[in-house]
Amino acid sequence: MSILQQVLQLGFGQDSILGWILQIVFYAIFIVMIFYGQRIQMYIMIREVEGSLLKLKIMRDEARKIAITAINEIGKPQIDPTAQVDRFLEYFAISPVDLDPAGIIWRLEHLLDVQDTRFKDDIKLMAPQADDVQINNLEGTLGVALGLNVIYKVIRHFYLLGKKTLSLYIIMQVQMIMPLIMKEAKAYASAIKAFQMGQPIGDGAGALVAARLMHDYEKKKVEKDIVVAKVPIEGRTAFVLKAEGPGSNVGKPGEAIKQIMEQNEGKISLAILIDAGGKLEGEKTGEVAEGVGAIIGGPGVDKYKIEEIALKYKVPVLAIAIKEDLGDAISPMRKEIFDALDDAIDRIKRVVRERTKEGDLVIIAGIGNSSGIGQ
Amino acid sequence: MEPSRTNANKISPFLLVVIMTTLVLALAFIYMGFQAYLGDQFEDGSLNLTFGVVLLAVATYLLFQTKRRPAKVDIDSQPMNTTILCQKCGFKNIREFQRGDYVLKKMDDPCPKCNEKTLEISAIFREVKEKTKRTMFD
Repeated sequence: MSILQQVLQLGFGQDSILGWILQIVFYAIFIVMIFYGQRIQMYIMIREVEGSLLKLKIMRDEARKIAITAINEIGKPQIDPTAQVDRFLEYFAISPVDLDPAGIIWRLEHLLDVQDTRFKDDIKLMAPQADDVQINNLEGTLGVALGLNVIYKVIRHFYLLGKKTLSLYIIMQVQMIMPLIMKEAKAYASAIKAFQMGQPIGDGAGALVAARLMHDYEKKKVEKDIVVAKVPIEGRTAFVLKAEGPGSNVGKPGEAIKQIMEQNEGKISLAILIDAGGKLEGEKTGEVAEGVGAIIGGPGVDKYKIEEIALKYKVPVLAIAIKEDLGDAISPMRKEIFDALDDAIDRIKRVVRERTKEGDLVIIAGIGNSSGIGQ
Repeated sequence: MEPSRTNANKISPFLLVVIMTTLVLALAFIYMGFQAYLGDQFEDGSLNLTFGVVLLAVATYLLFQTKRRPAKVDIDSQPMNTTILCQKCGFKNIREFQRGDYVLKKMDDPCPKCNEKTLEISAIFREVKEKTKRTMFD
């Protein structure tokens, strides 16, 4: 036996004092794990949340920087817009009271109008040289930066609250939901560049279908930021509408559809709405599916108006969805979504042929953000 | 808004002490396990080896936690392609996206094939290579 082995045997042998100490230490660890295992687990979770929170902070700061750069580049302001951007990022809106829900839609619509006007006015002050399209793009850019700021602050709130109270349930909830939050935040982060550069985003799939249908026909601007063209399709007359592009804009398609139906006093035979539809995991991006109902996202004002007016004039509302997940919807448009446009247009034509007679009036509404999409 | 500050690379000295202690304990248990095996004490040997491996796993885990790479997030614009199509002769050109491009924009330049001013942006898109593996449910 070598000298080293003899020394080790003396110190770490089965019957040595050190051996016994090690056994006692192990049992102590075992007992500690019984009583403090949950707390240790919590610290591990806190660390995981901390890592994600750090990423969110970087995204938020980067988005803010991009927004300031975009304003300086496009708007050529006389003064540094940083303070104004920081004020903008802390902006909030209080939703209307819902104790008495009657009339809440109109109050919500008013609130959204005020918010939109306020945003645009603030951006005009920040970027005095920007034209309307650039103002819309800057609104999108700042909107994304605001969204990232809100996500970061909410997660930070729960992280600090969990740390302060050492509540496993608070930390566990944040830690469990974190992958979904990070997915959303990453999508927001990629959207900011798209808005800054004026590129089309996935959500614009519906608007792009409408743009293709109305291209080369005379357009007129109707209700807030919506353009409409009368387009002959399969022997019928279609009122094709979309948000005015190429700036980042969703417009008020609900109000436009309401106006068209009222102007034609219920002579509309069919309304077809095309929009980006939520994809389930396992479904392919760019799959096209048909359904019934008002396929439109947002706070619900436009959806409500479409449902109300369709009910009043008994107009069937059909939906065509181009499937994509949230990440694809708010990031630059993928090729698969572009490739799905022809299929969506073929389906529109088939539905028009099958569900209406020649000479009928139909509405075809391309729902979604018109960033990077003309008409 | 406070300026950005990262502390991803900082390792707490306390954590380092914990890792080193765990590592020493793990190695000691493993050594004792082998010694017990050599002395035909299989029961003690198995127990010590189990303790040793568990502690080694804990030490490795803690070490990886401290060695985590600093958070890095890219918000670079993704490569976008712009397809320009001649409405008359069908000439197609795909190039990188440039600021000011938008779908259905009429281009000022004449078509290099038919020399008519009928060029138009027909598509702007990005190509994504899916990393997910196919499953039996696809």
